[in-house]
Amino acid sequence: MKVLVCMSVVPDTTTKITFTENNTHFNKDGVQFIINPYDELAITRGLELAEANSGSVTVVHVGPAENEASIRKALSMGVTDAIRIDALAIDAQFVAEQIAEIAHGYDLILTGRESIDYNGGAVCGLLGALLNIPSANVVTEINYADGTFSFTRDIDGGREMLSCKGPVVASAQKDLCEPRIPNMRGIMAARTKPLQVLPPKDLINASQVSSYESPAPKSGVKLIDPSNAQELIHILRNELKVI
Amino acid sequence: MSVIVFVEIDNQQYKKSSLEAICYGKKIAQTMGISCIALSLDTLSDTATLGTYGADRVISLSHNAAFTSDNSAQLLADACKQLSAQIVVVSNTYTGKSLAPRLAVALDASLATNVISLPDTNGGFKVKRGVFSGKAFAYTDLSKNTKVLAITPNTFDIDNSGSSATVETLVVSAEASKISIDKSDKEMGKVPLTEAEIVVSAGRGLKGPENWNLIEELADLMGAATACSKPVSDMGWRPHAEHVGQTGITIKPNLYVAIGISGAIQHLAGVSSSKTIVAINKDPEAPFFKAADYGIVGDAFEIIPQLIHALKN
Ligand SMILES: Cc1cc2nc3c(=O)[nH]c(=O)nc-3n(C[C@H](O)[C@H](O)[C@H](O)COP(=O)(O)OP(=O)(O)OC[C@H]3O[C@@H](n4cnc5c(N)ncnc54)[C@H](O)[C@@H]3O)c2cc1C
Repeated sequence: MKVLVCMSVVPDTTTKITFTENNTHFNKDGVQFIINPYDELAITRGLELAEANSGSVTVVHVGPAENEASIRKALSMGVTDAIRIDALAIDAQFVAEQIAEIAHGYDLILTGRESIDYNGGAVCGLLGALLNIPSANVVTEINYADGTFSFTRDIDGGREMLSCKGPVVASAQKDLCEPRIPNMRGIMAARTKPLQVLPPKDLINASQVSSYESPAPKSGVKLIDPSNAQELIHILRNELKVI
Repeated sequence: MSVIVFVEIDNQQYKKSSLEAICYGKKIAQTMGISCIALSLDTLSDTATLGTYGADRVISLSHNAAFTSDNSAQLLADACKQLSAQIVVVSNTYTGKSLAPRLAVALDASLATNVISLPDTNGGFKVKRGVFSGKAFAYTDLSKNTKVLAITPNTFDIDNSGSSATVETLVVSAEASKISIDKSDKEMGKVPLTEAEIVVSAGRGLKGPENWNLIEELADLMGAATACSKPVSDMGWRPHAEHVGQTGITIKPNLYVAIGISGAIQHLAGVSSSKTIVAINKDPEAPFFKAADYGIVGDAFEIIPQLIHALKN
């Protein structure tokens, strides 16, 4: 089984998000970057499936050379080899079109449910359409038997069981597995594993961020006396009229 | 040319998020001087009511396909092409988000998800999107002729203008789906977390899963959906679908009540766009109080019964 995992590199979850150049650029100063948490799940489940079916896992990342530390981390988790497409990830459509160029010949393609920076949640469906293969969004289970993949995915207000033959693309949701932590042997081995750098395909942008904005700060909390908690219900009912 | 709004049906009713989408679509259609068409894969008997929310035409699709993500998207794309769609509006729900990317490819459109503003069409097409899981917003220019927008539920008002629509049927087709739906489990009548107007959420401060009957009772009385912090779902006290925050679901209800949740930056990321935030925590230094509109410093096990009592009266 050949598995391809699409990986994004995102600011650490503790990052305070700020902007520079008149709110037109994300301020990377002092920010630590990590593998997108959902992609760690995709990598881990991809490895488990490949190991059980004498397969291999390739990670692909669209991003600059400075993200190679995160790619090496994926390799240290047990990934076989990596591809970096040397371009800044402009939006989900750009990323999906770049990955579609190299995504042929895999049985299973995995992404995260969304990238926690731009929250597009779109690469899975875009790749499905670009490659004309089925896509299963937000999956919490992936199994493989007798040439068929089966999935459980979150739907609005419930869940759904799906099945199909490969190739198929799915996006990883929490509960899929526990992320694998690299061990010493993995870290040593990762140093010499193949990491291929490819030039991007020329594309016309589908979108472009012109500026960013931070949420307006809250004006301050109004404290309610704990011995008179029903006051809260009174406010919600009669002043704010939200309940 | 037209604005096409994809309408979702749940439990034999149009979803509230879809009515929001129609009103949103209507406003764009008016600005651009084109018509607003509501499309659904399923039909209800009261199709015409969609007209009262602003649809000029309501079209049900006649087809013989299953509703999987690949062929639903093909059916909609076929309809969008026949109707010369310029803008396609879907809700930013799991359903909407599984269709939108496939539609964007089929229509060679620009795609924007998590949209929280009407487009600014002055010399271009700019929308505001939620990014960094609620920690920021990005103004994004969409450059392709056709646009697919997934709009965040609970963001746009519903106005019932009382106007009317023509009701039509359109024949569309798709290739046989390559993926099959073997089973679907849906809790009937339960509002999904992403679409809920009121959310009651609890954290590790509740001590254990056996105490969630308090949270559920409070939520029921408020007509709220329930949510939880990451450790609570990690420990299996609550299902993962309730986990909100940077690595869970981002929500935007009118009212978010956080009980026994400290208010870590990753948690706040997913909930800070809520219109009103209430924090209940016994620690007066809990960071949640800095992000809340109303707060009660006190023990959850003493406060919740008081709230339940007040709601019952
Ligand atoms: C990569 C990463 C991603 C993360 N993503 C998320 C995310 O998406 N969502 C998320 O929620 N967290 C996330 N976290 C975890 C986050 O940092 C916090 O650890 C978590 O939100 C804390 O959960 P909590 O508030 O329930 O628990 P705690 O931090 O243990 O806080 C419990 C709170 O309950 C209060 N309390 C205790 N007893 C009572 C009582 N009887 N009555 C009233 N109050 C009481 C305490 O004062 C405390 O403030 C992430 C962390 C990492 C590292």
